[in-house]
Amino acid sequence: MRMLKSLVLLGAMAIAPAAYAAGEEIHLPETRFSSDGIFGTFDRASVQRGFQVYREVCSNCHSMRLLSYRNLSEIGLTEEQIRAVAADVQVQDGPNDEGQMFERPGRPSDRFRRPFANDAAARTANNGALPPDFSVIAKAREGGPHYIQALLTGYEDPPAGFTLGDGMNYNRYFPGHQIAMAAPLNPDQVEYADHTPATVEQMSRDVALFLHWAAEPELEQRRQMGIKIVLFLGVLGVLAYGVKRRIWADLH
Amino acid sequence: MADMATPPGSAPDTGGRRDFLTLATTAFTAVGVGAVVWPFISSMNPARDTLALASTEVDLAPVQLGQAVTVMWRGKPVFIRHRTPENVASARATPLTELKDPATDQSRVQKDEWLVLIGVCTHLGCVPLGQKPTDPHGDYDGWFCPCHGSHYDAAGRIRKGPAPLNLAVPGYTFTSDTKIRIG
Amino acid sequence: MSIGLHKSEFKNPVIRWVDSRLPLFTMMQKEYGTFPTPRNFNYFWNFGALAMVSLMIMILTGVFLSMNYTAHTGYAFDSVERIMRDVNYGWLLRYVHANGASMFFIVVYIHIWRGMYYGSYKAPRELLWMLGVVIFLLMMATAFMGYVLPWGQMSFWGATVITNLFSAFPVVGSHIVTWLWGGFSVDNPTLNRFFSLHYLLPFVIAGVVFLHIAALHITGSNNPLGIDPKGPQDTIPFHPYYTSKDSVGLVVYFIVFAILVFFMPNYLGHPDNYIPANPMVTPTHIVPEWYFLPYYAILRAVPDKLGGVLLMFGSIALLFVLPWLDGSPVRSMRFRPLARIAFALFTLNFFVLLYVGGKPAEEPYVTISRFATAYYFAYFLVILPLLARLERPLPLPESIARAVLGRGGGPIPMAAAAKPMEKA
Repeated sequence: MRMLKSLVLLGAMAIAPAAYAAGEEIHLPETRFSSDGIFGTFDRASVQRGFQVYREVCSNCHSMRLLSYRNLSEIGLTEEQIRAVAADVQVQDGPNDEGQMFERPGRPSDRFRRPFANDAAARTANNGALPPDFSVIAKAREGGPHYIQALLTGYEDPPAGFTLGDGMNYNRYFPGHQIAMAAPLNPDQVEYADHTPATVEQMSRDVALFLHWAAEPELEQRRQMGIKIVLFLGVLGVLAYGVKRRIWADLH
Repeated sequence: MADMATPPGSAPDTGGRRDFLTLATTAFTAVGVGAVVWPFISSMNPARDTLALASTEVDLAPVQLGQAVTVMWRGKPVFIRHRTPENVASARATPLTELKDPATDQSRVQKDEWLVLIGVCTHLGCVPLGQKPTDPHGDYDGWFCPCHGSHYDAAGRIRKGPAPLNLAVPGYTFTSDTKIRIG
Repeated sequence: MSIGLHKSEFKNPVIRWVDSRLPLFTMMQKEYGTFPTPRNFNYFWNFGALAMVSLMIMILTGVFLSMNYTAHTGYAFDSVERIMRDVNYGWLLRYVHANGASMFFIVVYIHIWRGMYYGSYKAPRELLWMLGVVIFLLMMATAFMGYVLPWGQMSFWGATVITNLFSAFPVVGSHIVTWLWGGFSVDNPTLNRFFSLHYLLPFVIAGVVFLHIAALHITGSNNPLGIDPKGPQDTIPFHPYYTSKDSVGLVVYFIVFAILVFFMPNYLGHPDNYIPANPMVTPTHIVPEWYFLPYYAILRAVPDKLGGVLLMFGSIALLFVLPWLDGSPVRSMRFRPLARIAFALFTLNFFVLLYVGGKPAEEPYVTISRFATAYYFAYFLVILPLLARLERPLPLPESIARAVLGRGGGPIPMAAAAKPMEKA
């Protein structure tokens, strides 16, 4: 009976997500991130490098409207570093006493500055394509950081006979293979403070991990709590089963 | 259940070993339930974005001697009064023995002429009057809370009425001679 | 009727004082303490209690989530992400609530499966069963509206597609849809009313659950043998025997739940729901939550709009009349060799429907879904009624106690087995 029950449970769990796979299968390359697995955490150095890539490259087009500068303390930036990062941008505030909007340097409590005032402005500046917001992009794409890294390293020449739309680029891992964004990363585009060589591979790994953190900032706390709770429940289960056995002993 | 006479057919007590097992299980369950309650309670405390809410910067330059401004900080009014020398003198002349909540005027200001207070009556949370020139200022040239009749003096100290404490002074710093940042 | 205080048997003076004025404690003692329960339940009988716990978890987390949720198209998505990021333990509350819905459905599906296998829907428990189907329907409505609240792409398009089901009805269809929306598309009024109803319906469910349990305590529980208890030797008090057995199942339930919440919180969800709702762009492949997939498959199996909708609603409506479709007097399929095979196939078929429901509407899935839909209906409308006449059930044990304890007795003659239920 127990077998049957677990089979039913497993069956339901195995089928549901598998059922979502649709259309042409695109296989992502094998990669490992520090955040993989049930004990995975965010490699702070890599996430910080990833933030640098986002800040210097991606943020020119992609917003992260759900994040605030103060959140960066979670990836190991100091209070001063955060103040400096925030003060580096001008944010709109107001209205002041005269009823005027004004610009001021950012504060840690401010949201990440958005590169465009609104979606229409973003489209106009990007050949009609809307650069998606990156706040939860790792949760919003099948494969999460693995997909992001694959996409960033997946630019190549279109195969023979493939017709590319006007202003489009060929990408192995993008659904439909036609992506409006040109290859965003070039070797040595950023200069890492820790002297990690800034290859496209390295930068895409770092930024993918950074985006994973941005989408699931609770991940480490969640997994730590989960391990404790499952262990606790394991012990409780043994105890409860013992009590049940003892109570039922006189019946058989 | 312990209060009931043992009903027919209930499990007979099998002695000490079961008692220990039952006790351990009960204890574990109690710990588990206790641990589950906390996230629910905690979720009602201020969230991180609320705690990180921007501090308020105020430009004092336009506030003339004798005038006052009210600014919002953490959803509450903050009174800033540009005090006249007479205000300061009268506040300092008051002996501490006359005060319900003794505090020197010096301990309540950073610069003598600028008094910064959270404008919430310490009785039951109304906003006292006294910011506008036309407002009543109470019997001590400060603020008067119309809800239950508390009078505050020119240092924001409680002098008369049901309020138990002086108006609170928020944490603030002078970022320049004429600018302060509250919070 | 005698006027005066209830005669309480409790010794504690406070409990006694309350109990003699309002005999809640006596009632609890009677219904959950000494309540005579068949002694041969297996672990499938845990799932009623587990469903009850699921409902309580959903209401509790839901109430706290709603303290930070904003039911407005402009803020809903962000308010949910704020719960995930800024509210203390908000991520825990939300993931427990989101995965709790899945746990609730897993538990309830197993609970229904148990009822179908052991014939719990048969006389005298027909009304008990029908109340259960009402709970199931209310759960589906609640879950559907709850999924709309985060206002992601799947929320929006799920709401659009499901409300459009009603447009299949001739003449009044489009008016019904407009009425459901409160506008000309799924928009802010829709979100607001869904939030209101999503908050209301769980309490309606709790009310029907109360009736479900009240009805259960009139007829008493079914059991794996499907025969009625004949005397005190066949039953044991609910407490401590089944409270302790339910506790074991409860811990296992919590372990599965915890694994989902803490290690794979988005596993059963769809990534597209982390994209804010966009009324101008439909995701390329939209699917409902996993627990709706079998019915979604039935809907898509029919190449006709109204036909598909009717068949889908019909597939659940059939459950209401199941007690009258299956005329066999033998409850438990342990003693029905043919029905047992047919039901095993029905179970498998349900998983097939679940699977094809999540696949795109193309071959071979469409053909598979048609065969699976045909079997789903055939099981209820053809196989069960026929088997009731044709099947030769195995001999039933004489009593629960004999079957469990195995002391002598042996099977009783066929003549008695043919009409085993005195109450029926």
